[in-house]
Amino acid sequence: MAKLVMQLDELSCPSCMQKIQAGVSQQDGVESVKVLFNASKVKAEYDEAVTNPDELTQAVTDLGYSVQSIKVK
Amino acid sequence: MKFQRWLQSVKNQIALTVGGLIAVAYGWYWLGGAVIVMQGLLLVASMVGVAPILMQAYQALKVKVVSIDLLVTIAVLGALIIGEFNESAIVTFLFLFGSYLEQRTLKKTRESIRALSEMAPQTAQVLAADGTTTTVGVDDVEIDDQVLVKAGAQVPVDGQVVQGSAYVNEASITGEAQLVKKIVGDAVYSGAIVDNGTLTVTATQVGDDTTFAQIIELVEEAQDSKSPAEKFIDRFATYYTPAVLVLALAIGLITRDFKLAITILVLGCPGALVIGAPVSIVAGIGNGAKHGVLIKGGEVVNAMAGIDTMVFDKTGTLTKGDTAVAHVQFYTAAEQATLAVTTAVEAQSDHPLATAIVQYARERGVTDLPTIERIETLKGLGVQAEVAGQTIRIGRAKMMTEAGIRLTGAQIAAITASQTAGQSTVLVAVDQQVVLLIGIADTVKPEAKAALTRLKKAGVKHLVMLTGDNDQTAAAIAKAVGITEYHANLLPAEKVEFIKTYQASGQKVAFIGDGINDSPSLALADIGIAMGSGTDVAIETSDIVLMQSTLSELVYADYLTKATARNTVQNIVIAVGTVGLLLLGLMLGWVQMASGMFVHEISILVVIFNAMRLIRFKVR
Repeated sequence: MAKLVMQLDELSCPSCMQKIQAGVSQQDGVESVKVLFNASKVKAEYDEAVTNPDELTQAVTDLGYSVQSIKVK
Repeated sequence: MKFQRWLQSVKNQIALTVGGLIAVAYGWYWLGGAVIVMQGLLLVASMVGVAPILMQAYQALKVKVVSIDLLVTIAVLGALIIGEFNESAIVTFLFLFGSYLEQRTLKKTRESIRALSEMAPQTAQVLAADGTTTTVGVDDVEIDDQVLVKAGAQVPVDGQVVQGSAYVNEASITGEAQLVKKIVGDAVYSGAIVDNGTLTVTATQVGDDTTFAQIIELVEEAQDSKSPAEKFIDRFATYYTPAVLVLALAIGLITRDFKLAITILVLGCPGALVIGAPVSIVAGIGNGAKHGVLIKGGEVVNAMAGIDTMVFDKTGTLTKGDTAVAHVQFYTAAEQATLAVTTAVEAQSDHPLATAIVQYARERGVTDLPTIERIETLKGLGVQAEVAGQTIRIGRAKMMTEAGIRLTGAQIAAITASQTAGQSTVLVAVDQQVVLLIGIADTVKPEAKAALTRLKKAGVKHLVMLTGDNDQTAAAIAKAVGITEYHANLLPAEKVEFIKTYQASGQKVAFIGDGINDSPSLALADIGIAMGSGTDVAIETSDIVLMQSTLSELVYADYLTKATARNTVQNIVIAVGTVGLLLLGLMLGWVQMASGMFVHEISILVVIFNAMRLIRFKVR
């Protein structure tokens, strides 16, 4: 189990949060997702065997949000 | 994908364009131009304006979320179909302009946290063995690396000063802008700014593990951890949006009034409802973080606002905790050796009383400490150790009597005298013989009495002190701070029992403490409040941390959470009231699609501005 923290551009609509939450958690291998609306961060726990940070970053990008930086723990 | 992101990035320009087109269209009409041109301009405005909204609605739908954008998109497309170009244009403009204003004002409410994270150090000067330094990012510093911090620079790690001395500003950690002198052996925190002097620091915590990084993470998490009101609104909003869609469809089918159905879609947007409670919480928590009060989430805000009973630990909470030996009485001739063995055992503990004894011995020039073979802490009683084949017991009188050690009449008299003076009495026994009595005095925090008086005024009904210390000391301290109910001679487990009793009688209990022994109480109480100077465990278990460990911060926390909870309620009332009034207006035929949207956007701004009052909140 690995943990990924993505810093996004500033989120401004509460529905963005719902979208990102749903979009990332629907990815295979994602255990839990937490979108920090005010900090504009996404914290996801995932199974390294199934998915990787690049795929998750791509999922967020596909929803129309740009990812500034990522940190894997 | 690129197009979508581009569309997103020019949303504000689109809002401006749509606004401009509408103005030109109406200007043209008023100047006597042809209606067809005005209609054409409004049609173009609607098409341009709906594009980013449609895209957002589509993205949400892809992940099976029915969003506000979808409601607006359907409404706008519907209005276009029935030829209401002016309505559709104005609605898209207001929606886009509203989200622009939302973005601007949200930035303000988030300012406090951004200011905090911008205070985080970026680089470190790592010192090599040959005395040269290299600049690296803070995440690349390793534990035990030595870093050089010059005047004007930020301490990049948590660590210990190994060389030099300096005055530092620890405002980013404690909220207090006073300069603190740091010398060799002192702990320094990441984020502190060296005002003058130069320090060499050995890193003990780096990167995300530093206190400062954890504070930032705590505040970030807290701002998004939801209050019960928010959770309710969230659930509500999830079902609310699709429900509005169904309602509009049903009304459209029954009344065959297409325009009415579209208007309902627009009015149903849950804007202020969704954003109202969170902005209050963000502003409130942000304000606290700036003033040294870390509140771990929206739920904590609400619970803290409803507290009517505050239970205090004594040492380190009501008192300074920087205790000093005030009285020493030997019952043996081998004074120096007794002090040395006592110091050796006490040096193993970080209990405030032990620290005081070690400090005292150091001042007396006691070195050459004997080796300890075995040591055991008896919670709430003292420590027991084996030194050179002898059993050393250091602790309260209760510990001695429980071990079957008999106290002489003179010793009992000395204990009573020491306790009446408000001192904590520590006895040292070698095997079955008491050899030393130490009276340790602690001073009450200067702000304690005034702070407790203010808390009572603010509606906290019961103030209680629980302590492991003896009755006389407890009485002396309680009197000094103005607490009438206190319980002494308690073990950690007994403190927990008291809290359970209060809770069983329906009181909402906050526990304020700092030690490891307080963590069960901190966890059990409705709200656990830890002193920033306290142990990591206490800080971890607590709901609120007072960074400077003062009771004035407790008053601040109390007033701030009450103000924030009130603000949240106001915002929910405003939001629900707006929707109610709009629906009423709609039934009475006063509200049209565009004017309804206008009122909606106004209500969103009203709740944000209301929340922003919390940013400037201060306790005087």
